[in-house]
Amino acid sequence: MNFWDFVRSTHEQLLTDAYQHASAVFQCMVVATVLGVLIGVATYRSEWAGNLATLTTSTILTIPSLAMIGLLIPVVGLGVAPTVIALTLYGLLPIVRNSIVGLRGVDPTLVDAAKGIGMSRVARLLRIELPLAWPPILTGIRVSTQMLMGIAAIAAYASGPGLGNEIFRGIASLGSANALNQVLAGTLGIIVLALLFDAAYVLIGRLTIPRGIRV
Amino acid sequence: MSETPGTATDPRATGEPVPAGAAADHGKTGATIELENLTKRYPGSAAPAVDNVNMEIKAGEIVIFVGPSGCGKSTTLKMINRLIEPTGGRIRIAGEDVTHMDPVKLRRKIGYAIQASGLFPHMTVAQNIALVPKMVGWPKSKIDARVEEMLDLVGLDPGEFHGRYPRQLSGGQQQRVGVARALAADPPVLLMDEPFGAVDPITRDHLQDELIRLQRELHKTIVFVTHDFDEAIKLGDRIAVLRERSRIAQFDTPEAILTNPADDFVSGFVGAGAALKRLNLTRVRDVEITDYPTVKIDDPLQDVFDKLRSGSTNEILLLDKRGRPYKWLRRGDLMRAKGSLARAGTLVADTVTRDATLRDALEAVLTDNTGRVAVTGRRGEYEGVVDMETLMNSVHELLEADRLDAIEHQHQLEEARADQTHADQEGDGGGARA
Repeated sequence: MNFWDFVRSTHEQLLTDAYQHASAVFQCMVVATVLGVLIGVATYRSEWAGNLATLTTSTILTIPSLAMIGLLIPVVGLGVAPTVIALTLYGLLPIVRNSIVGLRGVDPTLVDAAKGIGMSRVARLLRIELPLAWPPILTGIRVSTQMLMGIAAIAAYASGPGLGNEIFRGIASLGSANALNQVLAGTLGIIVLALLFDAAYVLIGRLTIPRGIRV
Repeated sequence: MSETPGTATDPRATGEPVPAGAAADHGKTGATIELENLTKRYPGSAAPAVDNVNMEIKAGEIVIFVGPSGCGKSTTLKMINRLIEPTGGRIRIAGEDVTHMDPVKLRRKIGYAIQASGLFPHMTVAQNIALVPKMVGWPKSKIDARVEEMLDLVGLDPGEFHGRYPRQLSGGQQQRVGVARALAADPPVLLMDEPFGAVDPITRDHLQDELIRLQRELHKTIVFVTHDFDEAIKLGDRIAVLRERSRIAQFDTPEAILTNPADDFVSGFVGAGAALKRLNLTRVRDVEITDYPTVKIDDPLQDVFDKLRSGSTNEILLLDKRGRPYKWLRRGDLMRAKGSLARAGTLVADTVTRDATLRDALEAVLTDNTGRVAVTGRRGEYEGVVDMETLMNSVHELLEADRLDAIEHQHQLEEARADQTHADQEGDGGGARA
């Protein structure tokens, strides 16, 4: 059976896996974005707090993903929970770091001007600082998503959802007729998903970055 | 300094901080600003950055803080809207103590324009201008009208600039929008922190002229920080020359500072060429503008001929279709013209408005080989002519008057000093100071 025949015969299963993969990454990204931006907002004004946040999140990223999920299983059990927790934690670093860099990069004279014309702290943050820091934050979100696409494959190890299941099944039955096809299908599926997400981010960037600061 | 009694009785100037929404109907007038023992001390430094500043700024005047960099002039300015919190002293605006009121509310009633405009790059020109009116809760229709009005006021075509982003504007245009934003909610007080510091000299000159024109219409109280003494002289009703720690070396009219600097520090700051700088203080409107024989470009040639021959001058000013000075025509030119004015005469190289300083006028007269310069109105239409002789006479009169003032001032100072010495000798040492 060649690869295309394999895909044709298992496309229902593949589509389900791809959908679950995308859905898991998407949901984790939403959580990671909210958390990451909040952490950035909470820490960017203090030198040490910002550094601590960046350091902590980058330390998390150095934990091998298999080990992370393995460590989470005894705590939260198998299935969706360890997947979501691990992915969210991994997704934090680029977002936190870019939020901090972006917010710190806002021209201080603009913040001064905003203050000078009578904007409150919250208004300054929501109407001046975050919109101006949005392009780097969006870049962080994009990088994060790419990363999670790959890491999400490991989730199958903890009986999580996604295209990782194809890969693991293939690896487990190496030597059998469809082993290679399974691994290939899972991998290519992830690549296609990643490209689709990236295209979506380009579109989001077009729609959300004000024309005045678009490069 | 007087107690500014004039403004105290002015109901609009004393108007206590009305809800800012009503500010626009509140008349276009400034408010007094009083600084009492204003001090800023940064933790960890022995000497205060601003030391005990006392100052009274009258409603509707432009006061310039000028001084060397690092003298604390900017810090003093930023204490007025409490971007920098004073560590001591009091600030009163329109008689009301604002030292402890909510700084956010305070700042919405004080216009603030800074160097390099400080426009928000992600908002359009209109959004930038609408910020403060929106914050103080004006209705949308009023805000829209106000944005158009402000753009018009600062000399930008609303239709063209409304939807542009700041990066699509030149430096000078950005600065105009910055001023429009500062004035949008019609605050009685406007603080300007080296607003024209980052634009090229020609644009700066234009912006300064614009500010003078604006102020003649609006009568705001403006506090303006600069390190450029020429700018101070050009714009200021009064100038505060500040030395280190924002101590006031002299606080007086530009004329008085130029002709009678209080001490070496001030005269060092005034620099050389005080007589030339004096020219910056007088405007073309203050000197005699003489009428000059003119012809329209579409007048029949014979009329031009007749006018030239009958006139007392051997030159005549040719105006274009919209009444703007176009060419100087001499008798000889006409002989050579042979039926057409197209090639005759010399083009008018430079004109001045009534708001131009005598220095500008002198410059124009010196560069124009006819030795005179045409004065034009707002749309460039011809209004009259100023020549070398008028300028010379005016300058002589000015300098003479200044000299007399200075002598009198000197006299008063000596008298005061004599009284003081007298009092000191009478009383037992320093007790009785009025």
